[in-house]
Amino acid sequence: MLLIECPWCGERPEPEFVYGGQAHVARPRVPAEASAEEWTRYLYLRENSRGVHAERWRHTHGCGRFFNALRDTTSDQFLATYKVGEAPPSPGQVSR
Amino acid sequence: MQRFSGLWLLRRGLAGQRGWQPQWRHPDPKPAYDALIVGGGGHGLGTAYYLASEHRLTNIAVLEKGWIGSGNTGRNTTIIRSNYLFPESAALYDHAVRLWESLSQVLNYNVMFSQRGVLMLAHTVHDMQVAKRHVHANRAAGVDNEWLTPPEARAFCPLLNIGDIRYPVLGAALQRRGGTARHDAVAWGYARAADALGVDIIENCEVTGIRRNAQGAVEGVETTRGTIRAPRIGVAAAGNTSVVLKMAQVELPLESYPLQALVSEPVKPVFPCVVMSNTIHAYISQSDKGELVIGAGTDAYTSYTQRGGPHITSHALEAICELFPMFRRMRMLRCWGGIVDVTPDRSPIIGKTGVPGLYVNCGWGTGGFKATPGSAHVFAWTIARDEPHPLNAPFTLERFRDGNLIDEAAAAAVAH
Repeated sequence: MLLIECPWCGERPEPEFVYGGQAHVARPRVPAEASAEEWTRYLYLRENSRGVHAERWRHTHGCGRFFNALRDTTSDQFLATYKVGEAPPSPGQVSR
Repeated sequence: MQRFSGLWLLRRGLAGQRGWQPQWRHPDPKPAYDALIVGGGGHGLGTAYYLASEHRLTNIAVLEKGWIGSGNTGRNTTIIRSNYLFPESAALYDHAVRLWESLSQVLNYNVMFSQRGVLMLAHTVHDMQVAKRHVHANRAAGVDNEWLTPPEARAFCPLLNIGDIRYPVLGAALQRRGGTARHDAVAWGYARAADALGVDIIENCEVTGIRRNAQGAVEGVETTRGTIRAPRIGVAAAGNTSVVLKMAQVELPLESYPLQALVSEPVKPVFPCVVMSNTIHAYISQSDKGELVIGAGTDAYTSYTQRGGPHITSHALEAICELFPMFRRMRMLRCWGGIVDVTPDRSPIIGKTGVPGLYVNCGWGTGGFKATPGSAHVFAWTIARDEPHPLNAPFTLERFRDGNLIDEAAAAAVAH
């Protein structure tokens, strides 16, 4: 079970959270003009990184808010969590 | 290859089990092959076997980063069934079941395929509607599946607690041709048979790069054991497929999740079939060694760690203890995780990639073991002929762009 640092509530156990998939997936700016390839990228294609992965979590059984996290998928260790709208911390700012 | 028989096994027994030979060679990689298979699990080894036996491609190699069968082939709960909803899926998985039925004879290796029946429980009205829809769809597609009332389900699996639980059993779908097989034997049997046809099985050989020529076509791979050239490369790397195909700039609609399973201490034969419950989230069978083999769900997050959270396995055990109260005092012996590559529509991707000479067989998600022979058979065809077999033609990478999804998410609401 993971211990996850909610940016608003602090460290809480994993069952309080819902995973929200890869972070920073941008919806096509003008949906009506997006090509099939752009829709495929938005809807289906994912980084699925082996290593540092930027992802969304929601503190469903807590404050209810979404936030983003950087996690190493080879160790499941969280490197950082940050609020929605913030840029992900650069690799130099997070320690493993 | 030494052909096995009952008489031969008896002689070995009388001779004190001396005289056994290694079942396959451990060759060093050659500089070049006609084709390479990346991934030495059941799907990859089976592909190599069918390439050699049915398509006369024998100058080929299987590259495995660990030892063969060390990934999901050695980590799954060995359940085999073909009761999928859509005709494309039912045809593909039933092709596999038909190959399973003769696999031990074809490979001359006992994969211990046991058609003991797979019982899928319904606990809610919605479950019943979905299960009956599956039963009717399967029967229309020529796949056996039948609906059992709760007493009938209990008669088929006498240990089942149908009434005294939070979500009583309201009925069950039974596929009698479903069952289990010995997972390691599948890898070993295919390896032995492929090796006998001249296929090189190269273990401890991790692919680190894919080489392409000026036209973009593949011409080989970089590995931890040197460069190996080949004009055709088939990737069957399960949870690590995204990582391998990124080496050729191919993006995939895959996410890799940990899926956990566990076994109990071994006991005498008590459990006659396979029971699965999507709603309360557990599945169980008993191995020939006597262990209860129990499957849990996936963890919530993507990961490559081959382990997951204990709350996931606890949840599965709570469900098992409700359905089978006599197992409440069983002790669990081991638990582990495998990394499963899940597609958005819960159906596999078997076909070309857009890079000439590069083929992919992935996205089996939580249910790849059951498909091993069928998947390998059609993937070998695809690599040998550079076009899909009719059975895997719908399972393209392009279906996500074109909207031709084969949405088996209902079948995979839990693991399968």
